[in-house]
Amino acid sequence: MSQVKTVVGRGVPLVGNDIDTDRIIPARFLRCVTFDGLGAQVFADDRTQMQGQHPFDQPQYQGATLLVVNRNFGCGSSREHAPQAIAKWGIQALVGESFAEIFFGNCVAMGVPCVTAAPADVQVLQEWLAANPQSTATLDLEQKQVQFGESSIPISMGEGARNMFLSGTWDACGQLVAQAEQIQQTAGRLPYLSWSRAS
Amino acid sequence: MSKGTLFDKVWDLHTVGTLPSGQTQLFIGLHLIHEVTSPQAFAMLRDRGLKVMFPERTVATVDHIIPTENQARPFVDDLAEEMMQALEQNTQTNGITFYNIGSGNQGIVHVIAPEQGLTQPGMTIACGDSHTSTHGAFGAIAFGIGTSQVRDVLASQTLALSKLKVRKVEVNGKLVPGVYAKDVILHIIRKLGVTGGVGYAYEFAGTTFEQMSMEERMTVCNMAIEGGARCGYVNPDQVTFDYLKGRDAAPKGAEWDKAVTWWQSIRSNADAEYDDVVIFDAAEIAPTITWGITPGQGIAVNESIPTPEALSENDRELAAEAYQYMDLAPGTPIQGTKIDVCFIGSCTNGRMSDLREAAKVAKGRHVAEGIKAFVVPGSERVKQEAEAEGLDKIFEAAGFEWREAGCSMCLAMNPDKLQGRQISASSSNRNFKGRQGSASGRTLLMSPAMVAAAAITGTVTDVRTLL
Ligand code: SF4
Repeated sequence: MSQVKTVVGRGVPLVGNDIDTDRIIPARFLRCVTFDGLGAQVFADDRTQMQGQHPFDQPQYQGATLLVVNRNFGCGSSREHAPQAIAKWGIQALVGESFAEIFFGNCVAMGVPCVTAAPADVQVLQEWLAANPQSTATLDLEQKQVQFGESSIPISMGEGARNMFLSGTWDACGQLVAQAEQIQQTAGRLPYLSWSRAS
Repeated sequence: MSKGTLFDKVWDLHTVGTLPSGQTQLFIGLHLIHEVTSPQAFAMLRDRGLKVMFPERTVATVDHIIPTENQARPFVDDLAEEMMQALEQNTQTNGITFYNIGSGNQGIVHVIAPEQGLTQPGMTIACGDSHTSTHGAFGAIAFGIGTSQVRDVLASQTLALSKLKVRKVEVNGKLVPGVYAKDVILHIIRKLGVTGGVGYAYEFAGTTFEQMSMEERMTVCNMAIEGGARCGYVNPDQVTFDYLKGRDAAPKGAEWDKAVTWWQSIRSNADAEYDDVVIFDAAEIAPTITWGITPGQGIAVNESIPTPEALSENDRELAAEAYQYMDLAPGTPIQGTKIDVCFIGSCTNGRMSDLREAAKVAKGRHVAEGIKAFVVPGSERVKQEAEAEGLDKIFEAAGFEWREAGCSMCLAMNPDKLQGRQISASSSNRNFKGRQGSASGRTLLMSPAMVAAAAITGTVTDVRTLL
């Protein structure tokens, strides 16, 4: 399993609060049994409406790996299709003022860190990226900062999630399955397992 | 740190251990799956050579993609048919109960589990769907998860989670006629904001919720997530027990008595400690309706669309976006806004009591000219029961279409969609841009009775004038 300590790359600023998962990946694209094609469909309706002016279409941001957003990003539905679509487009980490909880959890499970920063700092970073689209920024989870140009901003992330990235244990599945015995013990003390069952 | 709440008790009972990350490994008592968020999870399981650990603790249904008019197989939409087949195959291979179309038990996942008695107090419940919070109405800890987590539950019946804080949201007093559970939750979200609940579980307490039926409590808990709270719950009481008694999966005989004793014991203690408490007065809640592009942009039906000056600075930018998208001018009354489509249904308001209240308004009246109005029962059982009561006839006589069960235009993954810039009065839960199937379509959220009123008059109408 891979540790995630830093993400280095060019960044794309996406300004706006409350960008919900329906906008990240409209429902009609959920008619699929794999996540494979989602990268091309990310922000489909916003991009159509903005006729090439959406940051995900602007030439200077192609190949970016850091996405910088504002408040309550990823609110709405639990669809993992949303972070999957962003990741398939090429994003490896997100910086924002705040993230919706399920979206954040989905990103952790996929190995994509979402870190938060103060609104003013996020704005500084967004403006810098817009002015320097070809320069790289470094998200450093160990030092808890994003470095860009001559500056840096402090970032934060819950310790639990941060440890998972640093130690490479963000993919919980294997750890969970390994506790089979304790799982059975917990199941054994639940009063309802025997009486409630689908017929 | 909360102490002695139902949330604490259920959390502790289901804790398997602490993971190296510091997160809790939590046992999931009931896992619900559907066609949209499960196929990739089963594929991940196969990739890793893992098996479903507790197949009898997972129940499947199909709801999001199914057409509500012609349900003949194969579906007209190839992609929908492919998803359906994947679910049929995955449930069969893994020994998971699947309530398929025509089984009499199919419907929206958050409607069928309660009506079959699968949802019970004290359980932990997870589903790859954010409105899983609905099941909290029974005093369960229920939350939405993503596909990788669906994989985790299939593989281990557990999840890696960090504990939430608990906020008590108390509402006291009697609701005035024409004000429903939907208005209560829209009011709460309006006041606490769409991010107010992030990091919290909401305990809905107070006499208003105590007086509510189970279906009303489900409407409230359903939309906890729209206020940012991943789960919401009501402490189980006699109303809960009366609802559950005799349902298919409910305990029977001696086990029933044991169950009730246990359910009583997991209620929040009188001296429980909360991380936060907020209190509302039921008498102040009016029929509430959203005018913008988040569920927090709500107003009373007799209010005007807020001007930027009336809003906090934080909310102005989003409001500006909403005025433009919705094509609604600040300062104008929401009443009288012309409507194109009326949708009654969804896991928020697609149950019997919702249809009954809407039918009361529709009865003996007719849908206004040029309005498309349709009713989508939340499940096959709801449909059957409604037909036994003659509600379908009331709706049809009034000019509403009467459909088969499913999610329908709540998220429009099936053929039910808004066209172009149509504006809809909807009993569902999300008014995000493009939510109802058209990239420029517009949604006003309200109670099912208010949707019926809008259908009859063709405009946003205070339902209290039609009661
Ligand atoms: S009715 Fe709407 S909110 Fe409920 S499960 Fe279906 S799509 Fe989701």
